[in-house]
Amino acid sequence: MSALTGRFGPGLAGLFLVLVGFWLAGLVLAPNLMMIDFALRPNLLPADVGGPLDTYSLDNLAYLAGEPVHREIFLKTVWASALVTIATFVVCYPLAFWLAQTASPSAASLVVLALVIPFWINEVLRTLAWYILLAFRGPLNAFLMNLGILDEPMRWYGDGGVLAGMVYAYILFMLFPIYNSIESLEKAQIEAARDLGAATWRIHLRIVIPHAKAGIATGCVFTFMLAAGSYVAPALLGAPGSRWFTQIIYNWFFEGGDWNRGAAYALVLLVLCLAVVLITLRVFRVSLTDVAK
Amino acid sequence: MSHSVALERVTMAFGETRAVDDVSFTVEPGEFFSILGPSGCGKTTILRMVAGFLAPSAGRVLIGERDMAGLGPNQRPTAMIFQSLALFPLMPVWENIAFGLEARGVSKEKRRRRAEELLDLIALSGYGERKISELSGGQKQRVAIARALAVEPQVLLLDEPLSALDLKLRQHMRAELRTIQKRTGVTFLYITHDQSEALAMSDRVAVMSAGVLQQVAAPRTLYDEPATPFVATFVGETNAVPGRVVAIENGEAALDTAHGRFTARAGAGLAAGAEATLYVRPEALTLARQGATAGEGAGPNVLAARAERLDFEGAFGLLHGATADGARLLAALPSTTLGGAPAPGAEIAFSFSTRDAIALPGHAQARPEEEP
Repeated sequence: MSALTGRFGPGLAGLFLVLVGFWLAGLVLAPNLMMIDFALRPNLLPADVGGPLDTYSLDNLAYLAGEPVHREIFLKTVWASALVTIATFVVCYPLAFWLAQTASPSAASLVVLALVIPFWINEVLRTLAWYILLAFRGPLNAFLMNLGILDEPMRWYGDGGVLAGMVYAYILFMLFPIYNSIESLEKAQIEAARDLGAATWRIHLRIVIPHAKAGIATGCVFTFMLAAGSYVAPALLGAPGSRWFTQIIYNWFFEGGDWNRGAAYALVLLVLCLAVVLITLRVFRVSLTDVAK
Repeated sequence: MSHSVALERVTMAFGETRAVDDVSFTVEPGEFFSILGPSGCGKTTILRMVAGFLAPSAGRVLIGERDMAGLGPNQRPTAMIFQSLALFPLMPVWENIAFGLEARGVSKEKRRRRAEELLDLIALSGYGERKISELSGGQKQRVAIARALAVEPQVLLLDEPLSALDLKLRQHMRAELRTIQKRTGVTFLYITHDQSEALAMSDRVAVMSAGVLQQVAAPRTLYDEPATPFVATFVGETNAVPGRVVAIENGEAALDTAHGRFTARAGAGLAAGAEATLYVRPEALTLARQGATAGEGAGPNVLAARAERLDFEGAFGLLHGATADGARLLAALPSTTLGGAPAPGAEIAFSFSTRDAIALPGHAQARPEEEP
């Protein structure tokens, strides 16, 4: 506090504090408290709000537990998000290693540019590009049929399409944290391990991955949260069988008109994400401050 | 007996530049062999070619008579100690030491036992469970050595491993390295830019400059009988006096210089009438009576100079002087003789014997900058 006023003077320091306070209270705390408030109250006609029926209960949460379709979609969202996270990691780790340790500076900057350019476009449009690519009469099917791999077009929309779209959408969130952590690994360590006779897999397992675990945990946490909270990719690339929990939440709010139940569902998703973050950090033995770096 | 390491006409080109140019030498089993040269002379490139991190552009690298072409660092009977040591900070000490055995599929029990043996060897028993970050510089050094020895290499490759240590520890580690080498009998190939390190530890030293091998010899020979002007100026301090050869007789050369005629041992490749340079070590110079001339009890060679400064260094006093044409001279005078040391600005004369000086063809190049 005194360091802040010392550096910026009382006026500017006060402004910073007010802004940070507004952000924390108004944009983080208040909406979440409102969501919890909504989630615990029943959906009533406007006339009954505040009346004797307006009491706190866990009914909305119990509804999710008792509704088999929604429950199944929730669980499926959890494991599918985990699958997206693993797939993104599998794609990103070799790329991050190559960028950080092997690539020449010019090749690395070229590849990073190529990876970043698509992110200058809105996420909806990027997903729409996949929608076009994966269409029944789209380029991918035409290409595979031309090569003779497919005899007739495949239906890509559904689990496969959602997976592809999400891995693509979240690649950078996984890539950069891992890249940063691998880059700080001294090259001589890899050489030393090789010189001592270690095979490539052992070098990665014993030297590179332990060194990069904070970056890997960060990337996995980001990707999982983004995937679990994703709406666009499942909406565009999904099929009726691959519905995402966010779509159910959306439906409660905008089609079912039941904000309370929607808020309860969103609360469950929030708690899930929080749990995943904490468990992941525990498993990787990484502290939250490491992730923030 | 077969060679431990042999380089046959090895060249390494990076684009236009030849980091290593047509280098051949052999290292005998159990030898402590150093490659000495200023930074950028190609010594590290040679080490990395022997280790297998680089493939030579031309020539062959043999270890124990076997051609190493196509074999990666993990397939060669070598182990390297890196300049940064490259210990694995996330593993405890014993796992570091046993990592090479782990890579060879040795059971955990045996790895543990071998690590304990090696910890004994480097006098760090009981340190197995420590973290690397808890060790001192010298202890890390020893762990790096143990880690390399654990895989029982035929050749241990050392890339300036002592350069990060302070002077006292460095001198201590020199002796320790030498002891470990003698005890294990492993061939050491040691890279350094520090000549005192190379001279103190090695059985033989190869001196390199700009990718070219200058001389391979025992430390004493290197110092007393440099084969090239580079070796004469790079290894140890020396005074260079340029001139022209007048005559060569019985292995002794007479040179005409700007400061008169001197005699010295004739180095290889010296020809009468050709340009040559006379080299004489600072400790070979003695103070002569002022105005002395050759043969009057002052030895055959007398060099007139002006005293500039005396640096007292304990056992020796370093007397800096300059000749009439401004060339620097340095004499190391035993402290016991410093009683009547000349005052700065005094006219003095140095004398030296013929066998303490050597004449080599060509005119001297400037002494290369040494790394700190």
